[in-house]
Parts: sequence; C-alpha cells; structure tokens
Amino acid sequence: MHKDYTDIIAIAGDVITVEAEGVGYQDIAQVTTKREISLAQVIRIDGKKVSLQVFSGSKGISTADKVRFFGHAMRVSSGENLLGRIFNGSGLPLDKGPELTDNMIEIGGAPVNPAKRIIPNKMIRTGIPMIDVFNSLVESQKLPIFSIAGEPYNELLSRIAIQAEVDIIILGGMGLKHDDYLFFRDTLEEHGALTHSIFFIHTASDPVVECLLVPDISLAVAEQFALQGKRVLVLLTDMTNFCDALKEISITMEQVPSNRGYPGDLYSQMAARYEKAVDFEGAGSITILAVTTMPGDDVTHPVPDNTGYITEGQFYLKNGVIEPFGSLSRLKQQVNGKTRDDHRTIMDTMIQLFANYRQTREKQAMGFQMSNWDSKLLHYGRLFEERFMSLKVNIPLEKSLDLGWSTLAECFLPEETGIKKSMIEKYWPKIGASNS
Amino acid sequence: MLAKRTGTIIKISGNMVSAEFGTFVIQNEVAYILHGKERLKAEVIRVRGKIAEMQVFENTSGIKVGEQVEFSDELLSVELGPGLLGEIFDGLQNPLPALAKECGFFLKRGVYLEALKSDAQWDFTPLVRPGDMVRPGEKIGFVPEKIFKHYIFAPFNLQGPQEVISVAGEGKYNLKQPICRLRDANGRESEVNLVQSWPVKVPIQAYTEKLKPIEPLVTKMRLIDSLFPVARGGTYCTPGPFGAGKTVLQQLTSRHAEVDVVIIAACGERAGEVVETLKTFPKLTDPRTGKPLMDRTVIICNTSSMPVAARESSVYTAVTIAEYYRQMGLNVLLLADSTSRWAQAMREMSGRLEEIPGEEAFPAYLESRIASFYERAGLVRLYDGSTGSVTIGGAVSPAGGNFEEPVTQATLKVVGAFHGLSRERSDSRRYPAIDPLISWSKYWSFIDEKEAKRGHDILRKSNEVAQMMKVIGEEGTSLADYIDYLKGDFFDFVYLQQNAFDKVDEATSADRQKYVFNCIYEILNAVFSFASKEEAMHFFQQLRQLFRGWNSSPWESGEFLKTEQEIRGFLKQNIAVDKEVAHA
Repeated sequence: MHKDYTDIIAIAGDVITVEAEGVGYQDIAQVTTKREISLAQVIRIDGKKVSLQVFSGSKGISTADKVRFFGHAMRVSSGENLLGRIFNGSGLPLDKGPELTDNMIEIGGAPVNPAKRIIPNKMIRTGIPMIDVFNSLVESQKLPIFSIAGEPYNELLSRIAIQAEVDIIILGGMGLKHDDYLFFRDTLEEHGALTHSIFFIHTASDPVVECLLVPDISLAVAEQFALQGKRVLVLLTDMTNFCDALKEISITMEQVPSNRGYPGDLYSQMAARYEKAVDFEGAGSITILAVTTMPGDDVTHPVPDNTGYITEGQFYLKNGVIEPFGSLSRLKQQVNGKTRDDHRTIMDTMIQLFANYRQTREKQAMGFQMSNWDSKLLHYGRLFEERFMSLKVNIPLEKSLDLGWSTLAECFLPEETGIKKSMIEKYWPKIGASNS
Repeated sequence: MLAKRTGTIIKISGNMVSAEFGTFVIQNEVAYILHGKERLKAEVIRVRGKIAEMQVFENTSGIKVGEQVEFSDELLSVELGPGLLGEIFDGLQNPLPALAKECGFFLKRGVYLEALKSDAQWDFTPLVRPGDMVRPGEKIGFVPEKIFKHYIFAPFNLQGPQEVISVAGEGKYNLKQPICRLRDANGRESEVNLVQSWPVKVPIQAYTEKLKPIEPLVTKMRLIDSLFPVARGGTYCTPGPFGAGKTVLQQLTSRHAEVDVVIIAACGERAGEVVETLKTFPKLTDPRTGKPLMDRTVIICNTSSMPVAARESSVYTAVTIAEYYRQMGLNVLLLADSTSRWAQAMREMSGRLEEIPGEEAFPAYLESRIASFYERAGLVRLYDGSTGSVTIGGAVSPAGGNFEEPVTQATLKVVGAFHGLSRERSDSRRYPAIDPLISWSKYWSFIDEKEAKRGHDILRKSNEVAQMMKVIGEEGTSLADYIDYLKGDFFDFVYLQQNAFDKVDEATSADRQKYVFNCIYEILNAVFSFASKEEAMHFFQQLRQLFRGWNSSPWESGEFLKTEQEIRGFLKQNIAVDKEVAHA
C-alpha cells in the first residue's frame, strides 16, 4: 500500500526534499536511515518535489534512504491511558511504558467556533496570594509568565500545577534542561499529582523540529479531555524556545524574515496554539499557563510582544517574585466580584499603597526627607513583600484577605487607606495593634 | 452555459496553492479546491503564465498536487440584504451561530452556509412604478428591518439608467423571489431581489458626491469629543501597546457612539473579546432606541486562530456592509480591531508569493492598501438628496508599542484623528489611556476652540513642570508653576479620565461636556492666591473630590445641581481675582 521513495534530492538543515507523488500537504512520513527510523512532516510541495521536516534531525540521512508516506497528518493517542505517562515531542514514550495507539487523533485541529465559547467565569485557586488576590487565574485563561533566564519560573509552574484545582495537568516542555525535566517529574510525583498528569517533553538536546510539535500535541490531548468535561491545565515551558525553533525552520526554508529573524507569521503561529484555551459550553475547559523568557528582560522583543497581544494578561516574574506592576490578569474582573465582597477593595487598596511605597523608596534613594507618612509606607511595603509577594507563601484566598486587613491595620489608620466606610466597619480589625 | 473552467494543483506552500489552468483566469476571482468531498474556497491573487496563485481561506492540510481547482467567474463578494443586523459572521460572511448548529464546537473547513436566510419573509413596500427610470443604487422599495427602513436598491452593478418594467405589490417576499424587473437602454432586462451581491474589494459608489466631514460624531468619551474629536464620515486610529486598553475603548465606543449602525470587525484578535461582545450585546439596551444593542450591530469575526487569508478579507467584508447601510441614509461606524493583524495577513501572503519585502518584511503596497481602505469612509450625498456616512476607527497594534513601525505610520498618513494610547497612562490606571500630549485631530469639536486650546496648553505646561520637578524636586518649583501643574493634573483627573465602571460617568453627552468644560475653563483661567504649595494641593484635592461626585450624578438631576452649587461656593471662597489670565 505505502510506497517507498528513495530520491532524496536535497538536505538542508533539518529539511529534506524528496521526489514523490500523491502526497498530501502536512502528511506524515517515515524516514529510515542506517541508524534509526524517524518521523517527518510535509511542509511544502512543489510539483514532484516534496519538502519534509525531519523530527529527529537530518544528521546521518543519506540521499539513498527510504521515505514512506502514511497518507495522513500527525496523530497522537489520547485518553485515560496517557495519565501518568511521559512522552517525547513525537508522542513516543520516554518512561519505558508501552507505546500507545488507541484513540488516535489528529493534532492541530480546527479552531473553536467563537459562537460556542462562553464568557469565562470560574476562578482557579492556586494558594498564591499574588495570583488569587491580585491577579486571579480564571478557567480557560491563557496566561504567560514573563521572565528572564535564571528566575524560578519552573518552580512557580510546578507549584501552580500541584496546588491548582483542576482535573488534569499536561506539561509541554520545550527546550527543557534535563534537570528541569527531572525536577518537574519528581515534584509532581512527591505531591501525588503525577497520576493525573501527562508529560510531553522536548529537552534542549533533542532535535529542534520535535520542539515545534510539543504545544500541538499537548493541546490536542487536552482538547479531548476538555470535550469529555474535564478541566485541563496545560503548562508550556518555554514558548520562547518554540518560537526560536520556528525561526530556525523558516530560515532553513528560505522564508523572508520579518523582525529579528522571526517569520512573518509568528503571531498567527502562536495565536493558533494559545487560542486553544477555551471554556466549552456544556463541557470542560482548557487553561494555558506558559513561560516566555524575555531575552535581555526586553518586553518589546518579538516573542513577548506578540505573546502579550495574544494572551489575556501576564504574570511578570522578577527577582524571584511576581511583580504587582506589569502583571495583569485581564479576566480577573469576571471572578473577583463573586469571591468575597472585600476582594476588590483589598486588591485595589493594597496595590495603590504599594505603589506609593515604591515612590517613597525612590524618594528615599534620592536622599529626600522622609515624612511620617513615608515611614508608614516603608513599614507597610516591607510587610507586603514578606507576607504576600514571597513565593513561599501558600494560603487560601480568604486567609489572604484577612491577612490583608490585619496588615493594613498594623500600618495605617482606617481613613488613611481611602477605603469606603461601610467596608471599614465590616472588616477593619477591632483591636488596633496585632500580634506581630 | 459554458463548461466550468478548471485547473490542476502543482504547488502547495502554507495557505498558498498554485494551479495550472486551461483557458483563462480572472485576478481576484474565487476558486474552489476540490479535495475529496470538500470544496475549499480560495482567491486568485497572482497570475504568471499559465499558473494561477491562490490564497486559500482554509487550512490546507492534506491537499495534494494533481487535485482539481474550479474557477467561479466571481470576485470575492458579500450578500447585501435584510437580515444582516444582529448577525455574527466570519470573514467570508459565514453566519457563525448557524455554523455552530450545523458543526458543533469546531469550525469545520469547507462548510459554507448562506449568509442571509433565503426563506425568511420580509414585508416589502414598493417605491417605484412601472415606467419609472432608476439609476443603479436608487431605491425601489423597502422592508422593515429591526428599527430601520431597509431600502432595496436597483443593483449597484448595473450599467446606466434602467426602466422599471414591473414591480411587486406590497406583501411578503423571501430573498429568492424577484420583486422588480428592469430594462437598460440596450433592452437588456434584469431581475431584482431583496438581496444582491457585491465584490468586497470594490467600493460602492452609488452617490452624487462625497462631502467634507464636519459634523462631530459624539462618542461620549470626553477626552475624544472635547479635545480629539472624530467627524461623521471621518477616520481615526487608536494605536497602542498590548494592555493599554484598545479593545475596551472600542467596546465602549460601540455601545455609546451616536450612530445608527455599528459594524465591528474583530480581525485577528482574541476570541474571548468577541465572545464578550456577542454574549452581552443582546442583553444591553441601546439608550437611544430602547432596543437591544445587538439590533444595530453587525459583527464580523475572524479571530487570531481562524485562517489567515479570511482575516485579510474580513475588513473588506465589514466595510462593504458599512457602505451598504450608508446607502440607506444612515450613519455607520466601522470599528476594526486590529488593522495590524490585517497588515500581517498581507505580509504572510506576500512572503509566500516571494515578493521583494519592504520595511519589516511588509509588502511594498502596504501603504496604498491601508490608504484605500480608510478612503472608503466618508460622508456622501445620495441620489435622493439625503446624506449617509461611514466612519472608520481602526485599532493598531504596533510591535513593541513603537509607533514608528510601518503600519502605524502608514495609517497616520491617511486618518483624520490619532488617539495614541500609552502604557504609562494605562499602568497608572488612567482611563481612557489616550495620551493627550501625542494625540491630534483635524476635525472640528463642539467645544469652543479657544477653550479647548487652553485645555491643551495647560496639559503641556503641567507636563513640563512635572518633568522639571522630577529633577529639582518640589522645593525648587515656583508656586505659580506648581499651581499650573496642579491645574493640569486636575483637568486630566476630573475631565479627561472617565470611570468605565460608573453608569453615569462612562458616557457623557455633548451638552453635558459643553457645560462642564465651560466650568473647568473658568477654573483653569482663575488666579488663586494660595499661601503655600500645601494649601494649593489641599484645595485641588478637595475640588477633585467634589468633581468626582459631580461626574457620577446624572445630568441635570437634583444631585447634579446640588453638587454644582457646592463647587461654585467652594470656588468663590478661594478664587482671588475672577478674571482671565493672559497666557502665551
């Protein structure tokens, strides 16, 4: 049935060109070399010339090697059997378990009809006050963590994975360091979260093409679970590596680069993945948390810039904490009015005062005189950093709000906070001084 | 009937497919790729020798060399007729709710439904009689659609004057039933239906003249209407970095703007934002008509994960529908979010065509395409003497928030008003985040020119002093300068900024804007005799608080009048000399 082709006429980068007929665009093929068997995908057809990107790279491919086309697009197995398993970017097991072939689904499927989406309205609690109180995560949200190399973004991701109230966690690792992969595996195992997790891992030493498949494969599997009513959290780390892989392939294909070498369709490519985040009417949901490392902490770099236009806000991780300024959850308004009636008050007041604290810090650094109000702010700022910003803090939302009130009471008089009278009466701690 | 013209696919690269054709092809005609049972829509965008290069409006996965292509003889067109209002279409005018019923959660490729329900019945009333002469684009009759009289026109694509041979009487007709027969000078007859189709990339020009837009279009956003107005039939753009609030601004404009019909083109942006519009609009009432806002809205929605080529066509679909309602003598506002995504779609296609790239790899024709799109806006005098207008407001998403990039620059050359959003303003929670120091408008505002100029001047002065204070501190600033700084800050805070979550403050009528601006003008010109900076600051803080209450009290209500009295009383105590200050 399948015909083998042996006329490889060009090899450049990880792209090979073979003469073949009757091949469909984006079909999957198998390339057999002396050393190994690898999958490849059609990325251009020009008459008889078919160009394929080889998942495991083109190293060692001979012009006389065999290429066999399967006549369908990339597929992956889906369903309950995948839970607790670890795969590579082409969906092959990395954990010595059996290869899975049931419930095969095509990856990179059709987009969701906007008319079938619903307005997101369910909060995902994480136990991290900087998220829960100040920038609530919402089911079906797509949110990147903007960060720079060296920041503990993978630690943050794994903590959210362990603590978030979701049914299934899918981790898509792109260009991951091997120790980071082990860190994720061990942390999730330690907290018993591995049994409802699925890993698709591409490590830094794996071929670049496989990196491109990771988001698609992770989201295709997630979509199946979501359609069955499951709440799925997809973690992608690091999307900048994905974009760099795109850049590498597009330059190999001699496409005209647009901005700093990235292809002109960078926005569309990323959007196609991020937009898979969805809350299905009458079924489950997909929430995407992704890491975007910013080269040189530059938010105008094409990758974070395009990401910002696609996603619904961002967490900005800097100096080991989630920065309140620069972080934003665009969907928080949908949920934080329904948690507790003081949620928005605490959120607004504490951030405003913290902004004042930052200004005072600047003034202090420039040697201006500190007023009584300034010292109050300095005291407050220090408490805020310690009790709310530190990533070690792990408390439920209601406790965080209570802590907010007691912190305010420790530092300020009620009228200094600008909080509405009715709120003060209801929540302001009755005994002024607290125990700290 | 001629046999269908066909071709054979020879090359596939992304969403660009090339086919070898037999007889001839037409530039920009629609072609269908026959892939198994699927028919995938495409458009011819370049012809070289016997090879037609087409952009495919669908995912091209699985398409093979050797498959057949069918050319349709028609340019990419939209259906124009009753039933458009309140509908949600994709970039190719597929009705999305109907598609959801047919295909479920996902957008299945190759499924095209009729844009307007052909079996829906409409009450037709004729306006012409047999023997009358009509020009293409003149009224033949009307049907009621929502709150409007939806006029039926002699087809725009006919040539020269037409004689009415017959016309249907009053009664119910569906879109397929002919309602009129026309005959041109050469004796060629044609049939008129309630619906006609028109190629999206060609402007509808059935009017006597294009007029200069002078009447302000009230958006009820004080910063825009008072300082950077938009005219009916004019164009404006709102560039801004991500997170600066472009979409919120457009959503509020679409709710409050004083126009008859709003067309929202969600072009390559987040699906979630469109969902918010399409789930909330049916529930919101239009303050002008008391009917759901959805009744005056058409949404064209081609979000970022939907096929790129259809994104390119979606802005044209939107503007064609806008022109059609303009023909009925209505004022139409087209909001496109975002034109950068449309430009990027052009860039992607240009790359696949291997054209020589211009700046940042955008095609060389970027500027002329943007210009010709915005030129489709305008105020026109129609054949019957009435006027209609299309106003275009385009959001721009400049890469890195840098306004120097090609799309922003090309847009600025052709628009009449520029509302530049700044990250700095949005970070400090100032809504709208339009930066008054960089924005401009060439249109006329209902605010007195002299008063508006004073507003601009004080903002500039205030900013200069603020910059200065950063260096020399408050101590080194003179009291006069400090008061100017406070005045500018006060003007920004109580007038330019609006509370989008306050029912009253989120939209301010033109009358109220004139009234309040007048009052603020007095304050900006007043001479104060403060003893110290603390006293000045304290005064403006109190004044701010009063104005805040004033802003959220309904226009001309008891509360409004009471607060005004309070403000006037408070001012009297503090203003030393009640005369205008000479200023540079």
